[in-house]
Amino acid sequence: MGIIKASRLIFDYIRRDDEDRIEEVERALDGVDVDIQKGDLVAVLGHNGSGKSTFAKHINGILLPTEGTVWISDMDTRDAGQIWEIRKTAGMVFQNPDDQIIGNIVEEDVGFGPENIGIPTDEIWKRVDESLEAVGMTAYRMRSPNRLSGGQKQRVAIAGVMAMRPECIVLDEPTAMLDPNGRKEVIRTVRELNRREKITVLLITHYMEEVVDADRVIVMDEGKIVMDGTPREIFSQVDRLRSYRLDVPQVTELAYELKQAGLALPDGVLTREELMESLLPLLKKEKREGTVGHGG
Amino acid sequence: MLREITLGQYYPVDSLIHRLDPRTKLFGTLVFILSLFVADDIWGYGLATIVLIVVIRLTKVPFKYMVKGLRAVLFLLLLSVSFNLFLTSGQVLVQFWIFKITREGLRLAGFMAVRLVYLVLGSTIMTLTTTPNALTDGMEKGLGFLNKVGAPVHEISMMMSIALRFIPILVEETDKIMKAQMARGADFETGDLIQKAKAMVPLLVPLFISAFRRATDLAMAMEARCYRGGSGRTKMKPLHYEMRDRVGYCLQFAYLAGMAGTRLL
Amino acid sequence: MADEPRQKKSEEIRMAIQVEHLTHIYGHGTAFEQYALKDVDFTIEDGQFVGLIGHTGSGKSTLIQHLNGLLRATSGHIYYNGEDIYTEGYDMKKLRSKVGLVFQYPEHQLFEVDVLSDVCFGPKNLGLPKEEVEARAKAALAQVGLDESFYQQSPFELSGGQKRRVAIAGVLAMDPEVLILDEPTAGLDPKGRDEILEELFALHKEKHMTIILVSHSMEDMARYADRLLVMDRGEKVYDGVPKDVFKHYKELEKIGLAAPQITYVVHELRAHGVDIPDDLTTVEEARDAILNVIRS
Repeated sequence: MGIIKASRLIFDYIRRDDEDRIEEVERALDGVDVDIQKGDLVAVLGHNGSGKSTFAKHINGILLPTEGTVWISDMDTRDAGQIWEIRKTAGMVFQNPDDQIIGNIVEEDVGFGPENIGIPTDEIWKRVDESLEAVGMTAYRMRSPNRLSGGQKQRVAIAGVMAMRPECIVLDEPTAMLDPNGRKEVIRTVRELNRREKITVLLITHYMEEVVDADRVIVMDEGKIVMDGTPREIFSQVDRLRSYRLDVPQVTELAYELKQAGLALPDGVLTREELMESLLPLLKKEKREGTVGHGG
Repeated sequence: MLREITLGQYYPVDSLIHRLDPRTKLFGTLVFILSLFVADDIWGYGLATIVLIVVIRLTKVPFKYMVKGLRAVLFLLLLSVSFNLFLTSGQVLVQFWIFKITREGLRLAGFMAVRLVYLVLGSTIMTLTTTPNALTDGMEKGLGFLNKVGAPVHEISMMMSIALRFIPILVEETDKIMKAQMARGADFETGDLIQKAKAMVPLLVPLFISAFRRATDLAMAMEARCYRGGSGRTKMKPLHYEMRDRVGYCLQFAYLAGMAGTRLL
Repeated sequence: MADEPRQKKSEEIRMAIQVEHLTHIYGHGTAFEQYALKDVDFTIEDGQFVGLIGHTGSGKSTLIQHLNGLLRATSGHIYYNGEDIYTEGYDMKKLRSKVGLVFQYPEHQLFEVDVLSDVCFGPKNLGLPKEEVEARAKAALAQVGLDESFYQQSPFELSGGQKRRVAIAGVLAMDPEVLILDEPTAGLDPKGRDEILEELFALHKEKHMTIILVSHSMEDMARYADRLLVMDRGEKVYDGVPKDVFKHYKELEKIGLAAPQITYVVHELRAHGVDIPDDLTTVEEARDAILNVIRS
């Protein structure tokens, strides 16, 4: 069993009127089954309202299942006695960088989590130093968060989670409010943590460029998991992704279009290098043949 | 305009006063404020002035920067001075139309002005030399004894610290929403009082909604980081009294005694 | 002498906005003096679709707030339809109705109880009769693809994409000749992003509205803009058709920007001796050019 496991997970948002009668029930998650392996970088894709954020909030017990079960390292999230252990194990980074930083100074914010779980002072300092180093923000430790760029704020938020020594980090659209440079900065940090510190990462996003080197991609639509596979498997199905209101990177789209036009290209081209590797031989061959006089 | 207010803005230099424990400074400020109400003659104010000058020099904060804080209370200052000046009865010095300036009024107005200015300077010294975090920490620990009578000291200091973090964000947001509504033809400047109040609705409603949204998100983020109130929490930067703080307290008591002495003279 | 040809030109084509030597200094006269805009010059002709790009902090947000008079320049001039907006007694309110500005995350400005009243706010401020106000609001909502069923709904209960559209309609209802949008697609999913951009493009095509679009997506710029203005540290560094500007992709990278992915593919193909034009920026163009090479 993996570090994050959900079984027949259902979640209803229930709206009640003033007298506490149920007014409206909206099913946000509709039978999600998933098992995520330790050490993986898993991307969750889906349009706004597909249920991906609701799913993310189940992982550290911010939301609890209406039906079904979620286990984090074998702990059932509905077990109130283990909730703090679960939140230590699965840290969470949110979309809006401003609304998750509590401290008035970077290093104090990173120390906020460890303070909450009663870590001794010396150990807090050690963890803060390490976490800031891991996200490359040591030089900014004495700054006010208000003076940082969006990407830097998100890295501080990640450091704040790292200081809890989690086994897994869930990032709920961490780049949605950032500019392209901020996005790159955050994604680079996340990848490094996954590779170097062996942290399991669940990255929720709708920027396709960010998921090309994930270990696994999960696509959600209407509260269900509709696709699940390697990036290559997922991105080879361009039309299907579009039907879920998603997109593919331009390189993938170009390769797909060329393939549709009859070129012998592989499925699910993800990077420029891959495209070059398979496209150049075709073009060079044509060229050679052309010079010998076979062209036209 | 909000940027103009010096009160509450930390001035980052390294000085003896900066390094004092925030509790020492909080207590010191209290002592100083108290002493201003004890003082009632030239000797008392003289002593307060000397202490104030010495402390200001010790902070290494430029005097000009410190005085900027006074601008915020200028109106209040003028108001109380003129009240004292014109409304105190006694030996008349000058008289014109319905105004009378008395000897007693002049004296009272002078002391009142000095008292107010010193009050502002005294509290400004504390906020200029203490980071907001140290200040809230100091209050939390310094007032910790109130916990025993059930006052939510930790919660209040946490609220203060969060408020300090979000004030600049909300100021910026106000500016943005104001501009966005102005781009839709809103007019915040002209019209009578009622029109002006009505014009604030398109600014205040989005601002409240945004503040609530931020509060909800922040609460969720705090919960996700295992925040569950003050109990069981450790401190990254616990407060410790040093030798300088002990000396500080001794000097504060000596000052208070001296001030009491001026009244006996 | 220099004025003569310019006058002639402005008779031929209507100049919507002329910006001359525009400089804006923050904290002018203090120790913290900082150039937000430095001697910026350009003319936007009626009916253009202009893309405005630049790294965060390059001055583009400051620039657009000058164009409808929300910020006043330290020095320089702005002419709207030939009139200097800094002349005594110039009607700023009218300028703001003619040059509509949609801020980033415009849904944060919504405040009314229902969608229709919110959209009415702008035209009502112009002092129009009630029927006209409503007619404009309804037309604006139709332009962003929201029908009657939305009129009485609370704007706060809509989805993110719908809120965004209500907010854009709120500016469109002022009946502007020029529409400026600061990252109107930020935070939306791919489909939502495409829908908004298509609606803007339709306004441009059908109503000949002049559009100035601030965006970080070079792919969108390549697809929609006739012209690209590039800002860096308060100065205008490039001004031209997107195809030409993107040829400078190496210089763009130096100022924290990039070109569309396709541009990189095209340049790499050329570096390998493939004979395709160097100004391709969209997937369709690249596909056709590559197929051309193969077929010839």
